[in-house]
Amino acid sequence: MSVDSVFVHKMWNDHELSKMVKGGIPFPMLSDGGGKVGSIFGVYLEDAGVEARGRFIIDPDGIIQGFEVLTPPVGRNVVESIRQIQAFQHVRKTKGAEATPSGWKPGKPTLKPGPDLVGKVWEVWKTSSAFDE
Amino acid sequence: MAEEIKAGCARPTGGPVGEKPKAKQETPQEPIIQEGKSMVTVGKKAPDFTAPAYHKGKFINVQLSEFLGKWVVLCFYPGDFTFV
Repeated sequence: MSVDSVFVHKMWNDHELSKMVKGGIPFPMLSDGGGKVGSIFGVYLEDAGVEARGRFIIDPDGIIQGFEVLTPPVGRNVVESIRQIQAFQHVRKTKGAEATPSGWKPGKPTLKPGPDLVGKVWEVWKTSSAFDE
Repeated sequence: MAEEIKAGCARPTGGPVGEKPKAKQETPQEPIIQEGKSMVTVGKKAPDFTAPAYHKGKFINVQLSEFLGKWVVLCFYPGDFTFV
């Protein structure tokens, strides 16, 4: 979503993005003329009249589980966004019985919060787990 | 899912859904709290909105609440044809 019109979205997709992504952009390119939606989400930069790089993860119940907002010159890390979605999906699947510690990605151990884990996280989670090995 | 919209001469726009029209004049003496700005918080419902969109060769209208039951990634960016 950006403040550009759908006409400009079409031109950008058809003439540039489709050369980067085969078949063009697979998801809807939303238009937010005037930044009305961006204002509600807190990402509309009034002075510049554009939207910051806001990224919101919304679950199947419509609940915002996470967001990230960057100023224009720095691009996102798509891998990290996907990792977060995988983590939220895992937590949801276990109905909150499991939590994903720092550095978690699919295949790595989760934590099962409860009385037995209090003061024992050091036994099951090492600081090296926070980093990609 | 999303209805197709006709491409007229006017630039189509969307906006928040279900927001009461601002009754600005009614209570001018009351201090205005939370003027616009961010109303989003993690763990809270995402505000619903509609927006015109370009999708696979068509102009459509998208409403966030149409995607209930699915995971959604909503991305904002500064502008088409920018570099990053």
